Amino acid sequence: MKRIYADNAATTRLSSTALEAMLPYFREQFGNPSSFYREGQQAKSAIEQARIEIAGCIGADYKQITFTSGGSEADNQALLTAAALGRSQGKMHIISTAFEHHAILHPLKALEKEGFRVTLLDVHENGIIDIAELEEAIEADTCLVSVMFANNEIGTIQPIAQIGAVCRKHGVLFHTDAVQAVGHLEIDVERMCIDMLSASAHKFHGPKGTGFLYARKGIRLRPLIAGGAQEKSKRAGTENVAGIVGMAAALTESNARMCEQNKHIAACRDALIDGLGKIEHCALNGDRQQRLPSNVSFCFEGIEGESLLLLLDDKGICASSGSACTSGSLDPSHVLMAIGRVHDVAHGSLRLTLGEDITLEDVDYIIQAVKDVVERLRSFSPVWRDLCSGKAKHIL
Amino acid sequence: MALYSEKVMDHFRNPRNLGVIEDADGVGEVGNAKCGDIMKMYLKIEDDTIQDVKFETFGCASAIASSSMATELIKGQPVSKAMELTNQAVAEALDGLPDYKLHCSVLAEQAIKSALEDYESKKNTHKTDE
Repeated sequence: MKRIYADNAATTRLSSTALEAMLPYFREQFGNPSSFYREGQQAKSAIEQARIEIAGCIGADYKQITFTSGGSEADNQALLTAAALGRSQGKMHIISTAFEHHAILHPLKALEKEGFRVTLLDVHENGIIDIAELEEAIEADTCLVSVMFANNEIGTIQPIAQIGAVCRKHGVLFHTDAVQAVGHLEIDVERMCIDMLSASAHKFHGPKGTGFLYARKGIRLRPLIAGGAQEKSKRAGTENVAGIVGMAAALTESNARMCEQNKHIAACRDALIDGLGKIEHCALNGDRQQRLPSNVSFCFEGIEGESLLLLLDDKGICASSGSACTSGSLDPSHVLMAIGRVHDVAHGSLRLTLGEDITLEDVDYIIQAVKDVVERLRSFSPVWRDLCSGKAKHIL
Repeated sequence: MALYSEKVMDHFRNPRNLGVIEDADGVGEVGNAKCGDIMKMYLKIEDDTIQDVKFETFGCASAIASSSMATELIKGQPVSKAMELTNQAVAEALDGLPDYKLHCSVLAEQAIKSALEDYESKKNTHKTDE
């Protein structure tokens, strides 16, 4: 059976270009970038070339890019750096949003225990923050605003340039978790007034275990890992040379193809949203316009997400859900809760995130498959029975 | 390793005793939509023996498989025997469940017991009526 991979927000397939670029650094050019002989210096120059390429893709200077093990590490380092800076200036207030990735929310919880005050902005029903509310939330002792570029579950894109402008106006550092955006949306850290930005290679067809943190000139990153002098002592440990080279190759390729690919992916996304929207008692999660070209997120009443995923898997479709059973806790996704979905509805969520290999034929197949599976699960759902008999009220 | 055993996947894909008994002698419903699992059991009982059992479930694969297996285990059994059903028996019959899914087998046990209690209380009401 043909497999349709529609979970590109979870991870993406490594591009052939990236793989080819990486291979020599596992074999002939295996040297340690810290070594002085030529094998080492070749590896060193490979990662410096990668740094230049990556910086160019987001409008930054190469000196402002620090390599990390991925998005979570970059997020943690950005928050701890801003917090340390804030503490030294007596600024103990941080602003973020209710639907950030856990790599932001969990460190924020830890910072709260250390005495920081954290304001989580409302993301409203459409999954987008209100600029006026952000400006109102800024206090005299606010040291950081951290707002994700695009949401990983519902795909909504924040008004990043406006957020950056407000932060710059008030002299507050602005960090954005751009893990879902880098390689998929145009990013210019200068124009958007972004002070720090986190990215992860495997979200744009690079290898897993590699990412980077951009930090504007003048921001001294605080190391999370102490040790050797790699990454100008901001990140100890021998560099993941092949990973870094692969990341640069993947990002360069993604950026070059972005415009053309986004048109195709967005057309498939729109067809998928239109088709799934015809299923009764369902709702699209997140703003219809301000969303990633790849993201389709729905809630269906009367069914549970894990069952939906496993039956779709049987039909060859890889997707994801924010139900409790898939989140590994008793509560469904905090993102869906943040946009006001009640528990009963949030359990029946489905996320499909498309890649450039998707076709309109695949889209038709997915629509039919989801329709069939939702209908099947509803046919023996006591929740659905109660909704149909009028014993319970439809929400969607 | 797969998330679930073949048995679980079989009962999830092809649940046994799915449906509703309109004139059920006992009905039990447990769980809530907030937690993501609801099971409803319908029993047809004659001569203190479970002649027929049907279920409806809203929940994950292990919840659906657990209810399916629980109905299989009690079908044709005397009421007294069905009352002794344990969640371990359900989980074992499914060749095991992941630890964090064991509560699904507990829910299945509770759903059966709740339906049996409903049957008992109805029987007692009938007796009082007579």
